[in-house]
Amino acid sequence: MGRKLLLEKAHVPGIRNYDVYRREGGYAAVEKALKTMTPDEVTEQVKKSGLRGRGGAGFPTGMKWSFLAKPEGVPRYLVCNADESEPGTFKDRYLMEHIPHLLIEGLIVSSYALGSNRTFIYIRGEYAWIVDILEQAIAEAKQNGWLGKNILGTGFNCEIYVQRGAGAYICGEETALIESLEGKRGNPRIKPPFPAVKGLWDCPTVVNNVETLAAVVPIINLGGDEYAKIGVGKSTGTKLISACGNINKPGVYEIDMTISVEEFIYSDEYCGGIANGKRLKACIPGGSSVPILPANLLLKTAKGETRMMNYESLSDGGFQTGSMMGSGGFIVLDEDQCVVRHTLTLARFYRHESCGQCSPCREGTGWMEKILHNIEYGKGKMSDIDLLWDIQRKIEGNTICPLGDAAAWPVAAAIRHFRDEFEWHVLNRQECLTRNYGLANYATPLPITA
Amino acid sequence: MAEEKKLFKVTIDNITIEVEPGTTILNAARMIGGDVAPPAMCYYSKLKGSGGKCRTCLVEVAQGSAADPRPMPKLVASCRTTVMDGMVVKNITSERVLDARAGVVEFLLINHPLDCPICDQAGECHLQDLSYEHGKAGTRYEFKRRTFEKHDLGPYIQLHMTRCILCYRCVFVADQLTEKRVHGVLDRGDHAQIATYIEKALDNDFIGNVIDVCPVGALTDRTFRFKNRVWFLKPVDAHRDCPKCAGKVTLWYRGDEVFRVTARKDYWGEVHDWICNECRFEKKKTSDWVIEGPTNVSRHSVISANHYVKKEQPKELLPEIIGRNPKLLMDIHDVSEVNKPTIHLSALPGPAHSDDFNNNGVSSK
Repeated sequence: MGRKLLLEKAHVPGIRNYDVYRREGGYAAVEKALKTMTPDEVTEQVKKSGLRGRGGAGFPTGMKWSFLAKPEGVPRYLVCNADESEPGTFKDRYLMEHIPHLLIEGLIVSSYALGSNRTFIYIRGEYAWIVDILEQAIAEAKQNGWLGKNILGTGFNCEIYVQRGAGAYICGEETALIESLEGKRGNPRIKPPFPAVKGLWDCPTVVNNVETLAAVVPIINLGGDEYAKIGVGKSTGTKLISACGNINKPGVYEIDMTISVEEFIYSDEYCGGIANGKRLKACIPGGSSVPILPANLLLKTAKGETRMMNYESLSDGGFQTGSMMGSGGFIVLDEDQCVVRHTLTLARFYRHESCGQCSPCREGTGWMEKILHNIEYGKGKMSDIDLLWDIQRKIEGNTICPLGDAAAWPVAAAIRHFRDEFEWHVLNRQECLTRNYGLANYATPLPITA
Repeated sequence: MAEEKKLFKVTIDNITIEVEPGTTILNAARMIGGDVAPPAMCYYSKLKGSGGKCRTCLVEVAQGSAADPRPMPKLVASCRTTVMDGMVVKNITSERVLDARAGVVEFLLINHPLDCPICDQAGECHLQDLSYEHGKAGTRYEFKRRTFEKHDLGPYIQLHMTRCILCYRCVFVADQLTEKRVHGVLDRGDHAQIATYIEKALDNDFIGNVIDVCPVGALTDRTFRFKNRVWFLKPVDAHRDCPKCAGKVTLWYRGDEVFRVTARKDYWGEVHDWICNECRFEKKKTSDWVIEGPTNVSRHSVISANHYVKKEQPKELLPEIIGRNPKLLMDIHDVSEVNKPTIHLSALPGPAHSDDFNNNGVSSK
């Protein structure tokens, strides 16, 4: 049984309320940080912990914090990114719904470290009921003196505001989030300047994921060094994985990144195996935008090592034979799932969510969806597969924000690993409407054309 | 005492130039000129915040700076990236850039109606120039193109959204020249559109400038619509004493008639001075203006194909970029007898004919 840090107390009855949370040892991190540490010491502990951003990119949080510009007389802001819109990812929702005070506590400590007196939670519009939960938690924290002016007599002021988005995936990108928070259209900004220098209202800003900020609490409680001992290599601490798809026990699991992918899928403690006794075909290990992996490459790396549930092992082999940890949206596909249809679903999502600002993403995502639609419905041509490959290649890396990459990667990976299935769709136009390709040959990785 | 400003040395396509710190790669390349300057569909030097969207100006940075010589991993938008001292940039010398640019041109064209034959912008359209220079002859897109209804935005401007490439320039114009913007981008992705939301007229005094900044034929002048093709018109610089704007314009004549009035544009197709609606739409008589003389026609579009007095030749930089004279695909003298130097075509009484030549390529007359 892995160690739990975030969700340890999540199922204590009434933990959503302040009294229970406090009784269970809540807000100890705020006390410790504000009373015994300087802001720089808090940042130092986060650096030592090796905590990596849990939103998807996995950038070291301590490093991100130390990049924050600190000019005199200019306010600094901390923004919590709760715009969790990636298909397959629902870990932040679980955390905020069950143990909202953990996030509030993490936000207070992080605001103290960064010197942010006004901190924002930007939450996606669809999480309407969670806004109420958070507002209640903030009100309770304020009543008990953890927020407001002169917290714990240290002279540190902090207010937390919850801002609802209107349900755009693109507003999870940090600069688009900032634009939206400012009340503008949620278009990503062109970087540089980075938010650490010019963010919210042109002031230095740090944008962090919900889980990242919640993880600051155990880091302060345990100490950075102690936290870094959990996990393996550069994947320290625990990670929330939201597992879904054809598994027996979908849900949010906290893992300490030392278990293998096989154990995660098949053990009763976690996913409990593939549903209905079927076989594993493929899996997206980190949310819809990371490359899909066929079963053979998922359980073992190209070198034949067992693939583990951590940042390094999941990305072993690059995009040729690996994938990414991403945001931890673990989507499992069994033998009855059609990869073409699945890719079409994702392509449709990205087409719908592209902000339309830069041309490769705006036009390319729509084009890919149309071609995939043709292939899926028995109207595809063999040349369409190469065309898809060429389109995704021309989107990737040429856009303002990572949404273009996120739209290109699933298509690229599906063609890379499941080209035979695409070809089967083209060759069997009638059959593909009534039957799935199944498992045949799925495990054979194809040579990659450069 | 003011310190001497240090200039940054930047090398673009093997040509080195010294520029002020803070200059963008695109502007540095424009100082060199010719083929080195990347195309720009959304960047407009006179509009703050424009650029970075169309991705046609992507360049490869082979060396970040003299201090940090690492290359940048991704292609960067040259219009929004400032130069560093010792930066080495590859534009037309980079395969990656040309490949990505061809991709962007293809993306821009898949939903474009390609209705140039009936489009007023044809001949001075930046998308036309871009596709001639960087695009491919055919398309791989076989789906229905996105279409919109035409809209009249007030008495002067027509919006033809189908042609729009969403460069946001007109949005910036309305933001920066007028007090209150009443149009903007609605929706997102490939169904995004420029619109006024509730049918509204654009009636600000300076809103006519959106026609000049529009790189395609999405925003056109209703007073000029379908009146004439731009290459039949002769541009003439003129000015008048206007209480609202600088009053420096270009009149477009055919014969004695002024067909339209636009702001004066520079080599890159950007206006020098914004002009007001009155100058643009109401003053179409020669007597309203003080004529200065023919306009410099410097863009290499079809407008300059006619015989103009002041035609500027584009700079020929290719030998300098590749370090030698470009090899011709074929030397015409090797295969054609007609052009053998021994024959003096001017000596022939009429048009040259094969009968005029014997087998040795010598004139038989």
